[in-house]
Amino acid sequence: MNKEEIRDVILEIIQDIDEDADISDLQSDLPLRDQLDLDSMDFLDIVMELRKRYKLQIPEADYPELASLDSCVAYLEPRLKDS
Amino acid sequence: MPYNSIEKAAAAYDVVVIGSGLGGLTSANRLARAGHRVLLLEHHHRLGGLATWFKRQGHIFDVSLHGFPYGMRKTCRKYWNRAIMDSIIQLKNIVFDNPQFHLTTTFDKNDFSEILETRFQVPRSRILDFFNTVDGMNFYDDRSMTTRELFETFFPGRSDVHRLLMEPITYANGSNLDDPAITYGIVFSNFMNKGVFTFSGGTDRLIGMMTEELENNGVTICTRSLVKRIVIDNGKVRGVEVDGRFIAAKTVVSNAGILNTVEDLAGIDAFSEEFRESLKPVVVNNSSCQVYMGVKEGETIEDIGDLLFTSSSPQFDAEEMLDRNTKSRTFSLYYPKTRPGHDRYTIVASMNARYEDWASLSSEEYSREKQLMIERCLIHLEQYLPGIRDKCDWLEAATPKTFQRYTLHTRGTSFGTKFEGLEVSRNIFKDVKGLFHVGSVGIIMSGWLGAINYGVIVANDADAYLRS
Repeated sequence: MNKEEIRDVILEIIQDIDEDADISDLQSDLPLRDQLDLDSMDFLDIVMELRKRYKLQIPEADYPELASLDSCVAYLEPRLKDS
Repeated sequence: MPYNSIEKAAAAYDVVVIGSGLGGLTSANRLARAGHRVLLLEHHHRLGGLATWFKRQGHIFDVSLHGFPYGMRKTCRKYWNRAIMDSIIQLKNIVFDNPQFHLTTTFDKNDFSEILETRFQVPRSRILDFFNTVDGMNFYDDRSMTTRELFETFFPGRSDVHRLLMEPITYANGSNLDDPAITYGIVFSNFMNKGVFTFSGGTDRLIGMMTEELENNGVTICTRSLVKRIVIDNGKVRGVEVDGRFIAAKTVVSNAGILNTVEDLAGIDAFSEEFRESLKPVVVNNSSCQVYMGVKEGETIEDIGDLLFTSSSPQFDAEEMLDRNTKSRTFSLYYPKTRPGHDRYTIVASMNARYEDWASLSSEEYSREKQLMIERCLIHLEQYLPGIRDKCDWLEAATPKTFQRYTLHTRGTSFGTKFEGLEVSRNIFKDVKGLFHVGSVGIIMSGWLGAINYGVIVANDADAYLRS
């Protein structure tokens, strides 16, 4: 997957977690947590969904890498390049 | 429909969940939705664990439906379904009555701030500081500060304020002033978010809806299926033994108590020396007593509030609250609005209690003490509902021994373990591959919301293992 595709996947997963989340004017460099009503349980849901879809194991120590849309893409790109 | 024996279960599953408390139910649901083959086993004839109810002469008594935080709505929507979320409704009248104060509150931050400022004369800035501190607390914080120290820092010498802040949480999760401040802060701020909520239709309806959801997601459910042991070979889970049958499983998620899981089901020999050491400081929390009062059909009672924290003890005193003769009890009132269509009133009095105080009695003493407890509750309740004694046609008591019989928990604990249990529960799979534990541990992961969320956290661990 390329950057754009990964970005779309993350947004799709967030939308599945919270269908009321307004992702239209999300600032991609700012923490998702501050812009949407996401808590630590929501991030766990994202991790579990990525594992289900792409067999990707994200260790707990790496969870902070998922803070913003940009950091998600940067972290996932090398890991999902063959997906 | 769930099977009522192990007979119909298949020979092998990806996951066997032992026990159907809210944590076990949620782990099972989450793992089934993730695509795993799941078998859920429950020793009792009914699912729900302590989230349970029973029927007597047309009355339906809820055992642990006393009020949970607003966060249940989001949690139920995400990990169960929207219909379950939509049945969550607010309890607006929470009453405190004790020698230090009498007040009614919605039990949320705005109302509490107002009460602390006007009734207790605490400066606004101090109240804000306190809320900011507890809101900011999280699991990774320093654990050395106790709740007592936290209260003394913000409200020195104010035993009335301490009581207002502590008493409901002691009833909610068995914690006291000597437990780590974060175990208080996390639970208290969950409630303070938006107040106290309940499930419209009662526990029976909730568990019914959850059962339906589990079956839609393909979970095989067997009740009356007591697991004898978890089969472990070479440090790895192989399956479970139930009623003479071996069921193979790649992972086992135990929703039995943490000590039951390690000592009775897996057997201590399955664990490393290091793990056994970590088990030593684990303290099982105290238990509860309850008195169930059913109001005759056709009779009504006045609305005196949804949840009454009552005590005639001069100050908050955790020891006094555990005493068999305690003067402190919570009354949960269930009006017809709790179960729309079921036009009945029930009242449940809950007290904290020590298992030993009840287990040590002879059977005659035990029966007598139960009668005396019912009597004390009625006398107490007459203050709020004069004539209640004559309106009731069903009176029954439960003790820590009752909780032990139905949940099989070590010493009948109704609140799981103290703080040290959490680390053991979280680390169990690092010691025995494929073995996970979910249940009330560490005070934080208890109550309905804590149990469900912990079920999700553990399901994530189990899923990671299954896909590795």
